Amino acid sequence: MAFGLVLEGNRDLVEIIALSLRVSLSALLISCIFGFALGTLVAVTRFPGRGLAIVSFNTLMGLPPVVVGLLVYLSLSRAGPLGTLGLLYTPTAMIIAQAILITPIIAALSRQIIEDLFLEYDELFRSLGLTVPAMMSALLWDARYSLITVALAGFGRAIAEVGAVMIVGGNIDHLTRVMTTAIALETSKGDLALALALGIVLLTISMLVNAMALSFRATAARQAHA
Amino acid sequence: MPDFTLQMPRGVVSRADDGTGSKSTPLFPLEVTGLTFEAGNRRPIDKLDFKLSAEGVTIVMGPNGAGKSLLLRLLHGLISPSEGTISWAGQQPHRDVQRRQALVFQKPILLRRSVAENIDFVLRLHGSADVVERSQLLARVGLNALSRQPARRLSGGEQQRLALARALAVRPEVLLLDEPTSSLDPASVQMIEQIVSEAARSGVKIIFVTHDIGQARRLASDVVFLHRGSVAEHAPATDFFANPTGQAARDFLAGKIVL
Repeated sequence: MAFGLVLEGNRDLVEIIALSLRVSLSALLISCIFGFALGTLVAVTRFPGRGLAIVSFNTLMGLPPVVVGLLVYLSLSRAGPLGTLGLLYTPTAMIIAQAILITPIIAALSRQIIEDLFLEYDELFRSLGLTVPAMMSALLWDARYSLITVALAGFGRAIAEVGAVMIVGGNIDHLTRVMTTAIALETSKGDLALALALGIVLLTISMLVNAMALSFRATAARQAHA
Repeated sequence: MPDFTLQMPRGVVSRADDGTGSKSTPLFPLEVTGLTFEAGNRRPIDKLDFKLSAEGVTIVMGPNGAGKSLLLRLLHGLISPSEGTISWAGQQPHRDVQRRQALVFQKPILLRRSVAENIDFVLRLHGSADVVERSQLLARVGLNALSRQPARRLSGGEQQRLALARALAVRPEVLLLDEPTSSLDPASVQMIEQIVSEAARSGVKIIFVTHDIGQARRLASDVVFLHRGSVAEHAPATDFFANPTGQAARDFLAGKIVL
């Protein structure tokens, strides 16, 4: 029955999947912009408090989604500092929450990758007299295959999380219901077919993401970029 | 084999001349005075004094641990001395001076890109992305046919030739080479020596670190012999090889172990 729902392209199912992808991919895009920039900057520069920044990134990688959800909820609720924006229980709030959740992951992992590469390139860059922005762009380009894997890890985390989007999205039908919140709801209602169908899709997406990561790593190795 | 009849890529016409006007300032004589570098309690470079002119190939020789590679990094400004001064015709080795030099490392540092892109990276840094120039540079080191290959997939000799081509893409006035032929096959050594000799003839000052006595004899105009972090001898090549004055240099040239 669950497979039937997937194969027949059940309309509700498609809507939930589409929203899930839209929210998580938007969050990923925002996180990549900030995460890669932050990670690279910390990797190539030396400043007071750099160690603290690295420890913070690494610690925030394990940030509990419900805590992020709660903080975003408090910020976006009517009494919160951003309450006037009216974003609570919208897909935008869910994007914000997921972006906050995965930015530290992307920043921490990219910092490590870029720093390893920077150690290799350091003397060459200094010999050529590169500026920090020139170094950053060269490193980001040369580490691109590894960074795509980092982005996929961030996406995997975003698409699979339930706590934050449940709190700030509210799991409203046809508005903020995504795969994970729908699975939780349908399970509690006893509609296991739909929950299982969504689970199958989620697992398939997870497998695709892993296959893509593997493929990028293989491409990197083939081209001696690794 | 590369086509050595190709035009040298302008040798002494440094890219630093492209608009900055800094080329009008000479880099020589290079005067090193009381140069010292401390690492912990050690002094791998200890009160070095010497003076180099703009012409020819200066070979820096000495046993392992004599401070040869360190000296090259100090001259290029990659590290700062603990004491003493390096004066490129009165200028410290700051960024403007550094941009008129190129350093080839003992272990080539190649970007994770293709052969051609490694050259293009430097050309772009200096405001040019000339395919013809890239092609000429790669032809000079015999790598044109491999231009699309990932640089890190090249053999050791090919990687070092690429590093040399990339250094020449800077159009340096001074080319610093840190044992570029150690552990290379004879054909690669010959090719690198030919390119270096051509560069010297076109007016590029070469400062070449090696402990290969045969190579030093083939290339040197003058020799700076380092021993235990100090200049044990600095003499024209003919004098140095014919009549070394110091015991360490005599032993080194005789093939004895010098500690």
